[in-house]
Amino acid sequence: MIKVQNVSKKLGQKLVLNDVSFTLSKGGITSIIGANGAGKSTLLSLISRLLPLDQGQVSFDDLDIVKTPSDVLAKKISILTQSNYISARLTVLQLVMFGRFPHHKGRPQATDHAHVGKILALMELEDIAHRFIDQLSGGQQQRAYIAMILSQDSDYILLDEPLNNLDMKHARNIMKSLRKIADEMNKSIILVIHDINFAAAYSDLFIALKDGKIIVQGGVDEVMTEANIELIYDMQASIKTIDGKKHAFYYT
Amino acid sequence: MFRTDRQIIIALGLLTAVFCIFFLTYDAKGQWGFILGFRGVKIFALMLIAVAIAVSSVLFHTITHNRIITPAIMGFDALYVFIQTSLLFFLGTIDFINLDSMVKYLLNIAIMVGLFLSLFHWLFLKANRSIFLLALTGIIIGIFFRNLSYFIFRLLDPNMFAVLQGELFSSFNAVETDLLNVSAVIIGLCLVPVFAMRYKLDILALGRDKAIALGINYKPNVFALLAIIAILVSVSTALVGPITFFGLLVSNLAYLIVKNQNHINLLIVACLIAICALVGGQFIFEKLIGLQGTLNIVIECLGGITFIWILLRTHKR
Repeated sequence: MIKVQNVSKKLGQKLVLNDVSFTLSKGGITSIIGANGAGKSTLLSLISRLLPLDQGQVSFDDLDIVKTPSDVLAKKISILTQSNYISARLTVLQLVMFGRFPHHKGRPQATDHAHVGKILALMELEDIAHRFIDQLSGGQQQRAYIAMILSQDSDYILLDEPLNNLDMKHARNIMKSLRKIADEMNKSIILVIHDINFAAAYSDLFIALKDGKIIVQGGVDEVMTEANIELIYDMQASIKTIDGKKHAFYYT
Repeated sequence: MFRTDRQIIIALGLLTAVFCIFFLTYDAKGQWGFILGFRGVKIFALMLIAVAIAVSSVLFHTITHNRIITPAIMGFDALYVFIQTSLLFFLGTIDFINLDSMVKYLLNIAIMVGLFLSLFHWLFLKANRSIFLLALTGIIIGIFFRNLSYFIFRLLDPNMFAVLQGELFSSFNAVETDLLNVSAVIIGLCLVPVFAMRYKLDILALGRDKAIALGINYKPNVFALLAIIAILVSVSTALVGPITFFGLLVSNLAYLIVKNQNHINLLIVACLIAICALVGGQFIFEKLIGLQGTLNIVIECLGGITFIWILLRTHKR
């Protein structure tokens, strides 16, 4: 269970997050949505301890993120940040193996190799496993970074815009894989995502932020209404149900 | 040419050994005991400096995620020049020359390490600033000390200035044995935690966010590394004077030839390249050319050219 209580964050003079609280039970996919600058990435960085938590409390299964040692948390939560740049020269395989660091502490065992092999297959990276990261396309890099996060095998997986740079096919495959991981391995996945239809198709819950506050929260069908979309994005969209799933049309 | 990193390390090790043997035995006339002892001390000094510079450069690149800067950027050399200048100015020529070299050496190290550690502590641990701001502050501090030194230069009479110039040119030739033993102990003590942190270094090279996400206690670890860098650079500067581009040269050669770039490989290869360059270079200069030039100038020149080459290559990509 993730418990976020009264989290606020000031960056410079601007209050980026204003008293955000929510609780999520274990399992499933939750998508954080909202306009640019609503505080989504900051929220993800705070609950994953990448930014220091000044106000409020965050805990994962009763492990407080401030009090719990970082290496214990690394087995509990993993996070994909929005920008990923590595100056060191690494192959995909080495990168994904680094995701196992919380488990092997620098000396990979047979179980780590087996796990990495599985993740490489899942992310369709086997062909390029021995290529260097800086020689790959943006989409291939993104998949490699997601693979690194998944190989960490944590109970909670936080992904900030995982579909960045991905083509339709790989975007869909990754969302399907995440769904599978959430359902079969009982992992909790939290996404920051911009494509509302992608989010609606694969998520269980929505948390919508606006100006640093939670403005709408609930199941996908509940949140996907024309009134809510206008409230969250200040934009009109028509919601149509196709094959039992709600879609937002906003292209005109 | 070489297929594995092990082969690279063995080849470099052999090359190092060959250079050392040449250096020790070439053109040896007279008593072997004296010659080996005399030249052995020189090789020992060169090795210590090589290791200190190579390790500090690689570590600095790792924590800054930038491979074209060296710890010298933080103003260590400027502070060193300032310490020598103000010592000479306040003690006067006679007292300055008579000052016990061990006292001067320890004083240099104490001031340099003390100042930079307090700076790191204040900016990085207390004020919560990024490593980049820290590097920038170092540059400003370097300019500050350099200008203070220039100011004192103008107050010195020509004789004093000549003494100072002799002191400030880095030289691999005249290093005292007592200082070497102390330096060896200090450098050895620095290498122990570096070896213990070898796996963490690989993770730290991935960047702050990834290191934290993978469970590294980022701040204490980076602070420890900054402290080690400060000590290593101070020791090498206090021994032979400021050297700017050498660390850049050897570390980037290591990045070029090492295949599996984990830190244990990188550090060993960078150290071996550094030893080869210094011992081999000193051999060529001292024995083959007959001290017709200064090794330091050649190294800085090659390092500078490498630096420009790296810049151009990075730009093209």
